[in-house]
Amino acid sequence: MEEKEEVGYMTSVSRPVKGCAGDTGEWRVFKPVKDDEKCNKCLLCWVYCPEATISKDELQIDYQYCKGCGICAVECPTGAIVMVKEDKQ
Amino acid sequence: MKVLESGNHMVALAANAAAVEVVPAYPITPQTQIIEKVADLIADGEMDAEYIPVESEHSACAALVSASLTGIRAFSATSAHGLAYMHEMLHYAAGIRVPVVMANVNRALGPGWNIWCDHQDSISQRDTGWLQVYVASHQEAVDTVIQAFRITEDHSVLLPLMLNLDAFVLSHTYMDADIPAREEVAGFLPRYRPLWKLDPRKPVTHGSVVYPVDFSETRESMAIGQENAREVIRRAVSEFEEVFGRNHGDLIETYRLDGAKVVVVAMGSMAAESRVAVDALRDRGEDVGLLRVRFFRPFPTGELRELLAGRDRIVVLDRDFSYGNEGALYTEVKSALYRYADVPANNIILGIGGRDVTHTGIEELVLHSADGGLPEVTWGDSRISDGHLVTRDLLREFDELMDE
Repeated sequence: MEEKEEVGYMTSVSRPVKGCAGDTGEWRVFKPVKDDEKCNKCLLCWVYCPEATISKDELQIDYQYCKGCGICAVECPTGAIVMVKEDKQ
Repeated sequence: MKVLESGNHMVALAANAAAVEVVPAYPITPQTQIIEKVADLIADGEMDAEYIPVESEHSACAALVSASLTGIRAFSATSAHGLAYMHEMLHYAAGIRVPVVMANVNRALGPGWNIWCDHQDSISQRDTGWLQVYVASHQEAVDTVIQAFRITEDHSVLLPLMLNLDAFVLSHTYMDADIPAREEVAGFLPRYRPLWKLDPRKPVTHGSVVYPVDFSETRESMAIGQENAREVIRRAVSEFEEVFGRNHGDLIETYRLDGAKVVVVAMGSMAAESRVAVDALRDRGEDVGLLRVRFFRPFPTGELRELLAGRDRIVVLDRDFSYGNEGALYTEVKSALYRYADVPANNIILGIGGRDVTHTGIEELVLHSADGGLPEVTWGDSRISDGHLVTRDLLREFDELMDE
């Protein structure tokens, strides 16, 4: 048997690194698409987005991080946001 | 400074003497006066610490862990159900290697609801990785709080410590004791110097996922910390004696062991009471001595092997019970002696739920077991009484009802 190295003090640590699964936006199956004509700027989508991917002033969706959960589309009172299937291989 | 105080207040005064910096706590009988006194000391400007009132014991321990991870000295106190509620976070504190100290006022776990002295609460936390010490006097409680930080903060240990004191027998009785001044303590207990700490300049997550490839090593590391603690405790106790002139024992304390054929093994205030029993029995010509287990974790295996081999009989007093087996201390004592000494032994379960333990009761049971007159495991003070909540009368009343 190999000689054993002394263990000593040991505890668990992890450091922040770029996610190995890539940007969360790549996980999307459905994509929220906003119709600016129908939007009344009520901010409900901004309030409900669990990933904080909707900007407050422009109400633009950051597709790099949007996971496509669809909560914004459900909450939108004017039907300005619809979920569209991603065109992926 | 000499004071006349309750055991609980003394623990708080000792935490102040030990320059504790953060105290997160949640009140529970019979621990409440410890944290009340801490809050008083802080409000009166006598203690320079942050008091965090939390919403539960689970949070108290979580805050205790987090505070310590920032590199400061943290202290808390709890009891019984509070300790049980902390259970998950007790594992967390040990697993994440924080040198915190927490007083646990030993109390029974209900139901039946019982606020009185019993070791079941801390014994149930045996395998969490915490060091466990059981004190037997007010002065020892004070001195052990100060020793505790020296022990846990040693870089070869870095594990949390649970200081156990018996409910009411110690927590609520008033005695005189010396509370060393902060300046006096500072020489013995310098500022906590962590190996590393949480720091926004170097962001890391501590206590995160560990895969099977590394997990076993983190646990072996905890086991090594407990093993290292043995020598660290002995050193801390002997240096404490040099500075303060007091010694309550290291992992154990012995009393009149020379020539003792029968040795009583006990923890906490039952061991203090056993001293009186030993004196009385010695006066009557019986060769009886006492071995008080001070540290239950790390367990004084070597000391027991050395001191118990060759005796005629060992009588282990347990204020707890491992259901389906025997008293927990009894199991540990026998396990230590396995293959080292073959000594007949008795286990006497005493003082459960605050039942009064008298030296005359101990004397009688020790004599009886020395004669071989007791079953190996004996509930020493159990009796049938009409005062019990479920009596035979009550069961008869239900006979009819249950048949319907």
